[in-house]
Amino acid sequence: MTRNLEWKTHALLVPIVLFAACGNVLLGKGMKQMGNAPRLSVVALGTIFLKAFGNVWIWLGIGSLLVFLVAFMVVLSWADYSFVMPVSAASYALVPLLSRWLLDERVNPMRWAGVSLICIGVALVTRTPASGGERA
Amino acid sequence: MRTIVFLSLAVLGASGGELSVSHAMKQLGELHHFSPRSVINFLGRALRVKWLWTGIVLLALGFFSLLALLSWADVSFVIPATAMGYVTGALGAKFLLGERLTPLRWAGIVLVAAGVALLSLS
Repeated sequence: MTRNLEWKTHALLVPIVLFAACGNVLLGKGMKQMGNAPRLSVVALGTIFLKAFGNVWIWLGIGSLLVFLVAFMVVLSWADYSFVMPVSAASYALVPLLSRWLLDERVNPMRWAGVSLICIGVALVTRTPASGGERA
Repeated sequence: MRTIVFLSLAVLGASGGELSVSHAMKQLGELHHFSPRSVINFLGRALRVKWLWTGIVLLALGFFSLLALLSWADVSFVIPATAMGYVTGALGAKFLLGERLTPLRWAGIVLVAAGVALLSLS
């Protein structure tokens, strides 16, 4: 694996992690504004679905997830799936970190433990070469 | 029983879908130029690969199984349980895609899966 390929992989993993985290946070924010479905009927779900299309946060979330998806597909054109998959999980660790730093929310010890495990896991995986090559 | 069937469909659908997408992208080969035009061309070529569509169908199957599962099972059980997808994905990468997984990579994947499970439990 050349240094160039290694650099390209890491450069793409940054937007993958950032846009996946932002996409989920934005979608969550948008959906919270939709309110609860009074009951789980097809009509109630349909109404929420239609309302969601008028919400700017939902569109920002969908846009972020589309950027994530394109970057994910592009990086998989050369990098191992078993490398990209665990490293992209860093987006889950980013959400509590962002809510602690930006929104000043309290994060309980169990969440900190989860964030730490993910960070150590990602650190281990990134020490392996990103592309070992598919034999098939 | 119903829970186990839908959980398996959710986990295997998501892993199988991503593995298929990965296989499709490997068939296209490495993208060298990152101008908007070449990325769009690249995505257009990807849409003509059969494995990409297999992946999309499997991802949709996994997603809707997860939604169905969430309508009766506890979120605090379902979401940590889907972290198993990291392990099934890694097994798929090894046995279906033929990727070489070193012990270091395995250790990282297991820690990530445990971390994701812990996050969603709290």
